[in-house]
Amino acid sequence: MSETRRAFASVRATARLIAVKDLRIERRGRVLTNQVLPFALIVMVMFAFALDSDAVLERVAPGLVWLATLFSTLFVIARSFAVESADGALDQLRTTGAPSAGIFLGKALALMIQLLALVAVLVLAAVVLYRADISWQGGVLLVTTAVAATCGLAAVGTLYGGLSAGAKGRETLLPLLVLPVVAPVLIGATRATESAFGTNGIAVGEGWPWLVLLVVFAVLFSVTGAIAFGSLLDE
Amino acid sequence: MEDLGFILGSYIVTFGSILLYVASVVRRSRRAGRDIPREERPWT
Amino acid sequence: MTATRDRNVTGTPFTRGLGVVTLLGIALLVILGLFVSPADVTQGESVRIMYAHVPGAWLAYLAFIVTGISSAAYLWKRTRSLTWDRIAGASAEVGVLFMGISLVTGSLWGRITWGTFWTWDARLTTTAFLFVTYVGYLAVRGLGGSHHQRARRSAVLALLAVLEIPLVHFSVQLWNTLHQEASVAGRGTDVTMDGLMLFSLFLGVIVFTLMYVWLVLHRQRALALQDMVDDTGLDAALAARRAEAVA
Repeated sequence: MSETRRAFASVRATARLIAVKDLRIERRGRVLTNQVLPFALIVMVMFAFALDSDAVLERVAPGLVWLATLFSTLFVIARSFAVESADGALDQLRTTGAPSAGIFLGKALALMIQLLALVAVLVLAAVVLYRADISWQGGVLLVTTAVAATCGLAAVGTLYGGLSAGAKGRETLLPLLVLPVVAPVLIGATRATESAFGTNGIAVGEGWPWLVLLVVFAVLFSVTGAIAFGSLLDE
Repeated sequence: MEDLGFILGSYIVTFGSILLYVASVVRRSRRAGRDIPREERPWT
Repeated sequence: MTATRDRNVTGTPFTRGLGVVTLLGIALLVILGLFVSPADVTQGESVRIMYAHVPGAWLAYLAFIVTGISSAAYLWKRTRSLTWDRIAGASAEVGVLFMGISLVTGSLWGRITWGTFWTWDARLTTTAFLFVTYVGYLAVRGLGGSHHQRARRSAVLALLAVLEIPLVHFSVQLWNTLHQEASVAGRGTDVTMDGLMLFSLFLGVIVFTLMYVWLVLHRQRALALQDMVDDTGLDAALAARRAEAVA
């Protein structure tokens, strides 16, 4: 009993250390704020050029927010593992005997926090650029959706980022691996956000069932990732 | 019949691409087989 | 190096026999499917595409199941062997081939029957995702590293696909039922089939199964050869190439 409790404590401690480390690297490197966020915003502006109609933009705003999030997620994942594969940092991490589930959860948590910040800015951009409208209840739904969706994205991203970490050509491979897997997140988050924005007069209440899909996705991939991550790391 | 092209096309696509794949497998195994003597192949 | 250039590297008497039977089966299938079997009442002549399309799709699904099982067999310590990994890889490759073919023939059939190449039906969309997922799987197999590194990576990926596909299917279904009118798939499938048509379809499944077995056996052996070449090292290969150039 105390054995399992100690194992859990070790996982939690590792996760916290890794998450703090990754966020500190981000704070010092400022890759998210100086490169990924501007990229996401320019994508939002480009969507407006491509679709060229206020009505259409208003209609598809939720989908565009999540598409821009997905594209940017790919960069954040790549960054998260570029940090680890430089100088064999990941191998050294393994040799310390840290539990791989802890490493996975820590990296996923750091990724999730960064993605949440990204989504927040993109939703703001949608309000400004695409005339999205958020009611008070819609806001609650939107925040819950963002938390569940980014949790799923972070879990998948960490798992597949770890899978291709250190391999040649991983930058081009990652989108091919990740995008098909996160299709349920795109579908669920977009529908939920449509209700939150009230797009096409969809009621806020209609968005909550989609949240179930997002939560199931997040839980499944977090658990699987925590279990499977170890076998991807040890060589 | 205008559908004829589609129907024939689907058979050509099916067996044509399988044939191309067979050719590529045979070519690759011949190239690899040059360096591996017959005795070392587990299936012979 | 012996002077005899051997042409038949991955074949055995068994696969040779299998190959002959398969070729005969293909010939029979083409004759039956294109000429002998009757046109369908609702689908018309386009039903002939089905004899190549349906077996291809089924065998592709089977191939991915085999990939999943052999990946699990590799990951399980007691049965860990690179042979499982190579079977998984060969099967996935053949599965991607069959699925790609089925997507093309299916859209040709759809163009005739539905008037459109593609519909966002849950089954079609999931199939497309399956295709892309295993294309990614094959790309991961090509990443390099040691054989066991490749095997473990791809085995984990194959098992993740088992998790991914039901989720994708479920979410596409939800998306579909709420935002699309009723799907068109299934129309024409609940028609009672003529005996000869049923036989052609049955023959198609047998022929594709034989093709699958033949292809996986050969591809698996080709992969084994390539692994052996990697093991014997670059030096041996270079020496052989040099001797060849001199001769």
